[in-house]
Amino acid sequence: MNKTLMKLNIGPQHPSTHGVLRLIAELDGEEILSIEPVVGYLHRGMEKLAENRSYLQYLPMVDRVDYLGGFFTSYAYCDAVEHLLDVTVPKRADYIRMLCMELNRIASHQLWLGTFMLDLGASSPLFYCFRDREDILSLFEELTGQRMMYNYFIFGGVRFDVTDEWLNKVSDFAARLPKAISDYEKIITLNPIFTERTIEKGILPALTALQYSVTGPNLRASGIELDFRKSMPYTAYGDVDFVISQSNRCDSYGRYLVRIQEMKTSLDIIKQAVIYLKNHSGDISLNINPVNIKVPEGEYTSYVESSRGLLSCYLKADGSAKPYRVKWRTGSYYAVEVLPEIVKGLYYNDLIAIFGSLDVIMPEVDR
Amino acid sequence: MNYLYFWYIELLTKYRIPKLFGDITFPVLPFCIVAAAIIFAVLFLVLAERKILGLFTQRKGPNRVGIWGIMQTVADAIKLLCKQNIDPRGADKILYNAAPILVFVPAMILWGIIPYSSEFVFMNFSVSALLYISIAALPVIGIMLAGYASNNKFSLIGAVRSGAQIISYELPTMFVLLSVVLVSSSMNLKDIVFSQLGSFSIFNWNILPCFLGFIIMFISVLAELNRCPFDLPEAESELVAGYNTEYSGMRFALFFLAEYAMMFVMCAFMAILFFGGFLPVTGKYFSEMLFADNRFLQLFIYVEQVIWLMLKTFILVFMVMLVRATLPRLGSKELMKFSWYILLPLSMVNFIVIAIIKFYIDGGAV
Repeated sequence: MNKTLMKLNIGPQHPSTHGVLRLIAELDGEEILSIEPVVGYLHRGMEKLAENRSYLQYLPMVDRVDYLGGFFTSYAYCDAVEHLLDVTVPKRADYIRMLCMELNRIASHQLWLGTFMLDLGASSPLFYCFRDREDILSLFEELTGQRMMYNYFIFGGVRFDVTDEWLNKVSDFAARLPKAISDYEKIITLNPIFTERTIEKGILPALTALQYSVTGPNLRASGIELDFRKSMPYTAYGDVDFVISQSNRCDSYGRYLVRIQEMKTSLDIIKQAVIYLKNHSGDISLNINPVNIKVPEGEYTSYVESSRGLLSCYLKADGSAKPYRVKWRTGSYYAVEVLPEIVKGLYYNDLIAIFGSLDVIMPEVDR
Repeated sequence: MNYLYFWYIELLTKYRIPKLFGDITFPVLPFCIVAAAIIFAVLFLVLAERKILGLFTQRKGPNRVGIWGIMQTVADAIKLLCKQNIDPRGADKILYNAAPILVFVPAMILWGIIPYSSEFVFMNFSVSALLYISIAALPVIGIMLAGYASNNKFSLIGAVRSGAQIISYELPTMFVLLSVVLVSSSMNLKDIVFSQLGSFSIFNWNILPCFLGFIIMFISVLAELNRCPFDLPEAESELVAGYNTEYSGMRFALFFLAEYAMMFVMCAFMAILFFGGFLPVTGKYFSEMLFADNRFLQLFIYVEQVIWLMLKTFILVFMVMLVRATLPRLGSKELMKFSWYILLPLSMVNFIVIAIIKFYIDGGAV
């Protein structure tokens, strides 16, 4: 019997490709034979744009590299510039940055959880996650004036100091969140349909993950304890106490467990940061005049553990007022690249579930 | 119903119109009334579902059109009516246009078979339960055609999934129905309801002997309705919208209407099979107790019966919605496994056990 294979073009406009990813899938019935991701539909030239702008002009743009983790990209860029300027950021600013990034990580993971469950066909968790994420966004709004594109970190520190009142609100939030997380877990973790669809699905072996340079929660779910917060501590991560969440399951379920665990870890860090900030006062910025700042010649790569893996910003300066070259390395890109490896031979409806479990943000892939 | 029928025939013979004409046209008028009622019921259901989902997810649900958003679905319906109907390029025009009707019509016919009250059944056949289940299986043809004729790969996958799903979940439903028929010793829906009449009110209902059957049936009905967690054919995260991806305007509205009409009618069917249909929970009709001495007012019994049936149906509908708010979607492999490995053997065992018990209760007489 002659078999005809179906070539299915998924996306770029598709409800669950988290943006504008295009997948060219070859299907035999419902079984996936091969899949080819096509990226670039959201390319905005983030790297090239830097070369025509002064350092300060580029600063608000970096938040857009990863719209769910503005603080991470912002920090990566600021860190590179500060390193080339050869300045050390005040301790208090370091703690504020860390606090913001951890809150951002929780918000990002919550959104991931909601959309992942939506990919699996459950609509309610999305609303629960958005409801709780709203708390974080209002905290950010109060601190920075923005809900998503913060532009809050600046060369040599942060723009505004945190108030005790705001810190109290963060403590309140930190007290509320464990309840919210346990609510998610009640409805999801042991749900037989959820476990059926995630356990042993989308297996990403540690070796494959390393070969494709997958980082972040996806790698940690494959049993490799690599967390740049621990292995090369930046800001104040060296001073705080936390454990790396890790799982040996290698499957979608492991990735889910790791991210849930990471929210709790972030919570621990937030609590410690709040205690520090309440008890210590100090400068929040070096008051460097950022307008037309001239960065001395040199190059530097900053490493940040973002919510989607290793985020690094390579910055080459030539002594002028504009960056010579900026290169972003983001976690999502590698997650998309590894997708064809892990969905081979599975069913079409598993494809979306597995893709959802990798936590891919398309603007981050294309920049 | 019989009084009405004779009155109608008498009226016709007065004007020398043959009786055959009367036999054919007699169900038409009540049927039209029911058809209008269905539309209202569906409008209400859609709103109710959105409100209930809103409740579960801590939102308000629709609240802009009219008071508490009651007119929301009306507004949506008007929007759908005004929309352009698009024929996709390469679509099979005839089948493409026929598909929504093929889905919609069976859902409407089913309403005629339901015994709303002891006197109010439009089509009272001796094997109406069997007829019911056969007509309920028809919409899958329309769904398959919709997917095939749309010339869209997502639609096609959705349609094939739907076909496979409905066929595999039809079998457990059949076995459960058989066990209920055994317990009630009848295939007529009205007789099934009356067989649940007894001195112990709710303890006479079929839900007690057929509890396992009810669970199986409930799950199968969810699958047959393409409802969550079996909504693979229209899985929005994978197949965009499944078999109705290419449909717009009124054709889409027909699919939508059919889905909700089927949901309602299936729940009514379950209420009849397991929860005593139009029998009251209290054991005695309220109108019987209130108007004990007034023969005319006792006619309210029939109204009350309809209300009881609707009440039970709505509770089941609520459960269906609750499931939708709670569960994620099954995978296609697990879906098939669940039906063939778990539900079907279980329903067979259920059937055999009930048959054996029935045999001994009836004193071993064949």
